[in-house]
Amino acid sequence: MAGQTLYDKLWQQHVVKQRDDGTALLYIDRHLLHEVTSPQAFEGLRLAGRQPWRLDANLATPDHNVPTTAEERLSGIDGIQDPVSRIQVKTLNDNCDSFGIEEFAMGDVRQGIVHVVGPEQGATLPGMTVVCGDSHTATHGAFAALAHGIGTSEVEHVLATQCLIQRKMKNLLVRIDGELGAGITGKDVVLHVIGVIGTAGGNGYAMEFGGSAVRAMSMEGRMTMCNMAIEAGARVGMVAFDDITAAYIKGRPYAPQGEMWEQAVAVWQDLRSDDDAQFDKVVEVNAADIKPQVTWGTSPEMVTTVDGVVPSEDDASDESARLAIRRAHEYMGLKGGQKITDIHLDRVFIGSCTNSRIEDLRAAAAIAEGRQVAATVKQALVVPGSGLVKQQAEAEGLDKVFIAAGFEWREPGCSMCLAMNADKLGAGEHCASTSNRNFEGRQGYGGRTHLVSPAMAAAAAIAGHFVDVREF
Amino acid sequence: MKEFTVHSGLVAPMDRANVDTDMIIPKQFLKSIKRSGFGPNLFDELRYLDEGQPDADNSQRPLNPDFVLNQPRYQGASVLLARENFGCGSSREHAPWALDDFGFRAVIAPSFADIFYNNCFKNGLLPIVLNEAAVDRLFQQCEANEGYQLTIDLHQQTVTTPEGEVLGFEVDEFRRHCLLNGLDDIGLTLQDADAIRHYEQQRRQQAPWLFR
Ligand code: SF4
Repeated sequence: MAGQTLYDKLWQQHVVKQRDDGTALLYIDRHLLHEVTSPQAFEGLRLAGRQPWRLDANLATPDHNVPTTAEERLSGIDGIQDPVSRIQVKTLNDNCDSFGIEEFAMGDVRQGIVHVVGPEQGATLPGMTVVCGDSHTATHGAFAALAHGIGTSEVEHVLATQCLIQRKMKNLLVRIDGELGAGITGKDVVLHVIGVIGTAGGNGYAMEFGGSAVRAMSMEGRMTMCNMAIEAGARVGMVAFDDITAAYIKGRPYAPQGEMWEQAVAVWQDLRSDDDAQFDKVVEVNAADIKPQVTWGTSPEMVTTVDGVVPSEDDASDESARLAIRRAHEYMGLKGGQKITDIHLDRVFIGSCTNSRIEDLRAAAAIAEGRQVAATVKQALVVPGSGLVKQQAEAEGLDKVFIAAGFEWREPGCSMCLAMNADKLGAGEHCASTSNRNFEGRQGYGGRTHLVSPAMAAAAAIAGHFVDVREF
Repeated sequence: MKEFTVHSGLVAPMDRANVDTDMIIPKQFLKSIKRSGFGPNLFDELRYLDEGQPDADNSQRPLNPDFVLNQPRYQGASVLLARENFGCGSSREHAPWALDDFGFRAVIAPSFADIFYNNCFKNGLLPIVLNEAAVDRLFQQCEANEGYQLTIDLHQQTVTTPEGEVLGFEVDEFRRHCLLNGLDDIGLTLQDADAIRHYEQQRRQQAPWLFR
């Protein structure tokens, strides 16, 4: 028998029951919740008179709607100014209380973006199935877990049954071999991959990142890559277990301890694709070829290198691509042939579940240290992914570095990644953003998002336009 | 999900074709964090004389006395009699939520919009297709007789009138099974509760660190 992929193994280990129609009942080990996609699910449980199947599998925290200024956070939930946001955050609180689900509420130092919080707490472990009503749940696959987003009716289904009805996906391997250049991060790698395979390239696949460059990468870089698997069309991103995974998890609050730790690590060793595993598709990338990436358009696949230019309609391979480029030029206020380094920024956002962990903040602070945000930049925000990331950064003095350079240092949450709270772009404003989506209006009505790595964002804030961080 | 076996109830006639989901529950009510509580805003624009707002106190609003559900003789109705293409428009599941929340258990019409028809089954509401002539007859009888009730038997797949006329209807076997037993997706999965528990026990032994 041919070997199994990591996905095959994770799938097989979680099948409760195979059904005749090709679907399977899949057991869910960890269910993460936030305030936006859970209210109707709890309501559904209540209406049906049901209770959660297994309380200890659930963990909740508010993130999408929470304010990020210290002032607005002072008086807790009641102090949230936007009434819709306040109700959603409060509803999560009430639901967790009444059902008995553990929540890191606003004001708890462990509160933060759900995809930062899970791994940080050790609540995301190798070999788990992890789901959450949010598409960037793919992040957790960096731990050799099977992780993906679900809809509200599925949130209810998981709460009530600890299972999901699923159909198996195909296997895709993205192999990144060689050594990454200095200043090149997981963000650049994944943007490069999306540029190569397109935003639909991973449709129907579970995407595993492998190769020597991935083996050498930190957990935070791996999380950034898996986070954006969904931007390549794959609901699932994954990286095999290794010593780097184990070192990251060890000692975290929800991680096994003592003898059980040894037992777990022994089991986790097998969480990798067998050498003779069969993939339905393989994409090979040479790590040394990857330069700092900047998106110029309104889809993550509209990406180029910092030393490149905005593509022209003539670069299009067909009529629909030509139209897409024209539409993106219009929306972004850019012209074909324009140099990326000539794009000036109005705002800079360093944060989101893609890039708001401690390494991201360190990388940005290293660039910002002793420099000043350009006078032409209206706002440069740094929003840590969780209260604990914030605490750690402050212990290292990173907050002081940012503030001295003219950045705003905020409270943890999704913030300007999707503009559900007060942090937004104005119409026509260009933003260097470390988030994951550059769709029209994503960061505010008419806003123009350019996706980059944290170091590239910091450098752009200082220069006022994009610059090659390798020469900075 | 509530099970549906036999139901007898007061009938309200909604004599209008192509009732769309925006008419059933207007879009301003979709921002809610709930899936219950839509009943007071069912058919909002037809039912009230002013424009409905999500957080308004509906008991203070001026009612449209001509609208069928506002007439005293139809208070407490649980069977809605309707015309063709009922439930067309957007796919919002809020439409069956609102009908259910108001107290309807079944809707009888000559035809339904597809998505709405599906959504009804997911939410314990039975949509019944009868032919045009039969629906016409029911409209006439209902309007002529105050307190007009119908008895719906999902086992037998029949609608019985007070005069004793029995009308048969078709329903997909799988959906019938789910509704008779009160099974939604979750209900179906819970039929495998033993398998889930068995899996969980094994998992607890193999990977105890996943349980706290
Ligand atoms: S940071 Fe952005 S992408 Fe991540 S969970 Fe929040 S809104 Fe979604």
